[in-house]
Amino acid sequence: MRLHATILQLKAMTAQQSGSRRRLLAWLPGVIGVAIVLYTFIGGGYLVSVVSFGLIYALFVTGLNLFMGYTGQVSFGQNAFAAISGYMSAVLTTTYGWGVAPALACGIAATLVVALVVGYPALRLKGHYLAMATLAIGLIAYEVAVQWQSVTQGYMGISGIPPLGVFGYEITSDRGNLAFLALVAGLGVGAAALIRHSRLGRAMTAVAGSEDAARALGIDVARYKLLAFLIAAAYAGLAGSLFVHVVGFVSPEVYGLHMVNLAFTMLYVGGIGTIAGPLVGAIIIILLPETFRSFRDYQDMAYGAVLILLLIYAPRGLASLSDLWSGRARG
Amino acid sequence: MALLATVALSACYGHVEALKPTDIRVEDGEFVAVLGPNGAGKSTLMRAIMGLVPNRGAVHFHDEALPRRDPAALASRGVILVPEGRGIFGPMSVAENLELGAYLVGRHTAEFESRLARVLALFPRLRERLSQTAGSMSGGEQQMLAVGRALMANPRILLLDEPSLGLAPRVTAEILETLGELNRQGLSVILVEQKAPLALRLANRAYLLSLGKIVAEINPREVQSYDEIARYYFAT
Repeated sequence: MRLHATILQLKAMTAQQSGSRRRLLAWLPGVIGVAIVLYTFIGGGYLVSVVSFGLIYALFVTGLNLFMGYTGQVSFGQNAFAAISGYMSAVLTTTYGWGVAPALACGIAATLVVALVVGYPALRLKGHYLAMATLAIGLIAYEVAVQWQSVTQGYMGISGIPPLGVFGYEITSDRGNLAFLALVAGLGVGAAALIRHSRLGRAMTAVAGSEDAARALGIDVARYKLLAFLIAAAYAGLAGSLFVHVVGFVSPEVYGLHMVNLAFTMLYVGGIGTIAGPLVGAIIIILLPETFRSFRDYQDMAYGAVLILLLIYAPRGLASLSDLWSGRARG
Repeated sequence: MALLATVALSACYGHVEALKPTDIRVEDGEFVAVLGPNGAGKSTLMRAIMGLVPNRGAVHFHDEALPRRDPAALASRGVILVPEGRGIFGPMSVAENLELGAYLVGRHTAEFESRLARVLALFPRLRERLSQTAGSMSGGEQQMLAVGRALMANPRILLLDEPSLGLAPRVTAEILETLGELNRQGLSVILVEQKAPLALRLANRAYLLSLGKIVAEINPREVQSYDEIARYYFAT
């Protein structure tokens, strides 16, 4: 009896230690992401701009993760929402002389209105049909940006967009942009974590798990899908507007299919359905081509090979690497 | 006045009528079994009652006709389904699954605490697993969670779709024993089951479903042998 009790006690202690180690490991990818941002900020140079773009993408992908990772839906059209907000910000500040903050807020509001109008009917579709419908939204937004030349100036794009700033203060340095974007991305990821652990987040995850089971518990599935779509659109809108003010220029190519490809790669490499995944994925994927720059002609091949290796050895993304390590420890 | 009754309830998947116009009723406190072979339309009947599939006809709760495609309206009246395959939310913890059971009352209420205490008393194993991911539990524990989550909704009538599916006989017996106890405390139950002897042991009444229609209503006390029931099973 005493031996049995001791074995049980030992098992409980081991489980507790393994739990603590898992929790520590789960934080590690996020800590590495933050460390890269800090290192870049201190080191300065060209990488500051690269990591800044990574942080903008982190926001974009965090929204996508809410819709795809938490709610289990598919969208290939988030670039449309980034485009709507980005162009709105650009036009309002350059043509009408608005301040950056109200233009940005207006851009996000316009994005939400469009997402509501488009999402209400589109979200009745499921799976591949929803994927195709959202892809169409992205393509339509691209075509509008190209064709509506009186407003968007077509392929020429809009230049001279003022930098980020508020109450007359403008962020003119790359380091300033990086610090500001790190703060906004941190708040964005924090808000996503709060959503995940709220009643809203649980309902969204229930929808992803089983729509019928969720409905049978009284959860309004259509409402939560639409809410997730709107939140994701707001994140995309914020990212889209931040981009034009950081770069100072916007053209249709900025929000083309390349943006969707990149965002999906970041989401899956970082870890879909995880809180830190979008941040980690965005930073790693934005830095990878820079890392392989010395490979010259073989740069794309090395980039592709690393992506394949990452998805083989961390199929649930870098944010879930702790599972891999703890699995090895057990094995 | 029946607690729950269907009036000519039918359901289609595309052009296939999986459930022909069906009338069943469940009295307050009654334990009704729905038996039938694979493909008889048992699960479709449950899904049609809940409004989870396109359907025709009507579902009455205390003589009030309920909306045909509004599961939330049924859930708010205490008509709760434990779906086939359990329908637990695998990536979430056991505690989060139970919280979702009481989705309509919210988490920070005395009512929630009292329901949670009741469920954990019925299934003590869930108390030990509260922080564990639901998907990592055994099949039996997942079924306990599915029933526990349904009980968190404080049901007036529980619709259980094949709770024995893929479970060891001992675990099935344990779960059915709990259901029997809940029924004795006044909870009405509709149990969909392929394994007739299991269901008839607990049921006050049973419907036999074959090829999408009710072919017999059975009083379990009058069943002398299962040959008659088996004939319906193999006739399909």
